Amino acid sequence: MKCNKCAKKATVHLTEIIDGKVMEMHLCEECARDQSQHMEQQFGLADLLAGLTDFGKHVPDVQQAASVLKCTACGMTYEDFRKFGRFGCAQCYVAFKVQLKTLLKKIHGSSVHLGKRPAREVPLAGPLEMSSVAGAAPQPQPPQEDTVDSLRARLQEAVEREDFEQAAALRDKIHGLEGRS
Amino acid sequence: MELNDLIHHSGEWLKGTGPHGHIVLSSRIRLARNLTLAPFTNRAGKQDLEAVLKAVEAAIRSIAYFKDAAFFRLNELDNVDRQFLVERHLMSHDHASNPQGKAVIVSQDEALSVMVNEEDHLRLQVMQSGFNLDGTWEIMNAVDNALSQELPYAFLPEWGFLTACPTNTGTAMRGSVMAHLPALVMTRQINKVLMAISKLSFASRGFYGEGTQAVGNFYQISNQVSLGHSETDIIQNINGLIRQVIEQEEQSRQALLVQNRAVLEDKIWRAWGILKSARIISSQETIELLSTVRLGVDVGIITDLAPTTLNELFIMIQPAHLQKIEGKKLGASERDVRRAQLIREKFQG
Repeated sequence: MKCNKCAKKATVHLTEIIDGKVMEMHLCEECARDQSQHMEQQFGLADLLAGLTDFGKHVPDVQQAASVLKCTACGMTYEDFRKFGRFGCAQCYVAFKVQLKTLLKKIHGSSVHLGKRPAREVPLAGPLEMSSVAGAAPQPQPPQEDTVDSLRARLQEAVEREDFEQAAALRDKIHGLEGRS
Repeated sequence: MELNDLIHHSGEWLKGTGPHGHIVLSSRIRLARNLTLAPFTNRAGKQDLEAVLKAVEAAIRSIAYFKDAAFFRLNELDNVDRQFLVERHLMSHDHASNPQGKAVIVSQDEALSVMVNEEDHLRLQVMQSGFNLDGTWEIMNAVDNALSQELPYAFLPEWGFLTACPTNTGTAMRGSVMAHLPALVMTRQINKVLMAISKLSFASRGFYGEGTQAVGNFYQISNQVSLGHSETDIIQNINGLIRQVIEQEEQSRQALLVQNRAVLEDKIWRAWGILKSARIISSQETIELLSTVRLGVDVGIITDLAPTTLNELFIMIQPAHLQKIEGKKLGASERDVRRAQLIREKFQG
């Protein structure tokens, strides 16, 4: 089989599935290397994350604040993270907490861990005060009851991501609570 | 255990004894873990990497699962040895390519391995034969629990295990199976199946070479999402998907046997003939022919060949393995000759 780009023998065979469309490409080693560099430039993980972290750019204050965010433990800035796509240390999760909640939800469809916990939990010791996320007390907290305020915040988020089914459910819940009080 | 001890036997996961072994070669679970005592690997200095290596080496000595396990510092191995461990699926290509400050731990039966200072401080891996993610998770969970008693894991109750890349945060778990799907390829159904897999937020990739067309009709299917579901939920979801893939492959095999038996038999016996006679053969051609012969064994056309022999050959015909067996460096054309010889020896039994 010949390379799709030049006449040499094709040794690399790519299949891409994008939105249900299958694309096949047969390339020689040289053209494959060019293509892979091209693809990386076009769409690396860092770009993908940068795209995802742009979510919420209609809130300029949050973005502006994010651009100067820095992890004091390892020195990584939020901008570095956006470019590089990797955190520098565990403390980065605390330093970029507000931005990450949205990002994790975008990647995983959820920002809540439902899996196992380590047998021995150690608090993330560091210069940042992080008791709100780290749960400095290792005992599992009982789930908090929904308040009208927390539901309103979730309703706002649901509307922003155009999840109207969820929004309607939350609206009904708020009405229920308001009726109760 | 020495690295050279591995050459003369194969990993437990290659025995072909597990459930649905005729379609699923192996089940694998990987967990990413980081320690609070150092920055993540991408930002760690020499001393940080060394501190992680020391802490991990000390921890595994007190855990029964790692009894008799080998601890290899990658900068103490040469290129061929590192490639040999990659070919056995005990560590990633990325891990091998930059050996400074890195290690790999391998249990004697090769069911358990740990990459130290890869993208995350720890990448734990358990591999089992056949379609057995539940059993694989049982072992992995116990190993992870034991390690978390000894090592300070980076963890937040809200977000789970903290990883260098946010796509792994949460359970930090990837469950995958290696499925052999030749009939779906021959009946041109494979793209439909792969598309369905990607629509359900699972990933599929070829066995040999990531992101490229699968050689030898082996596909690795794994979960993408790691946050918002428990480990067992994620495994149940993969199980449900794989059961359907197995059913589709079985139906395609039956269809080939009923509608195209002569063509299928011809293809299988020709593949068998070439493998038993060739004097020079590339690894790609070998893998494609072994896949066809494997199908022949699985559907009962070839009856006097053990699946284990085939599974082992898929690993042994790779470049670093041939050089370890020969005990010296071999160029590409020398390997093609040695490979053909090895296959003939194996098939003569």
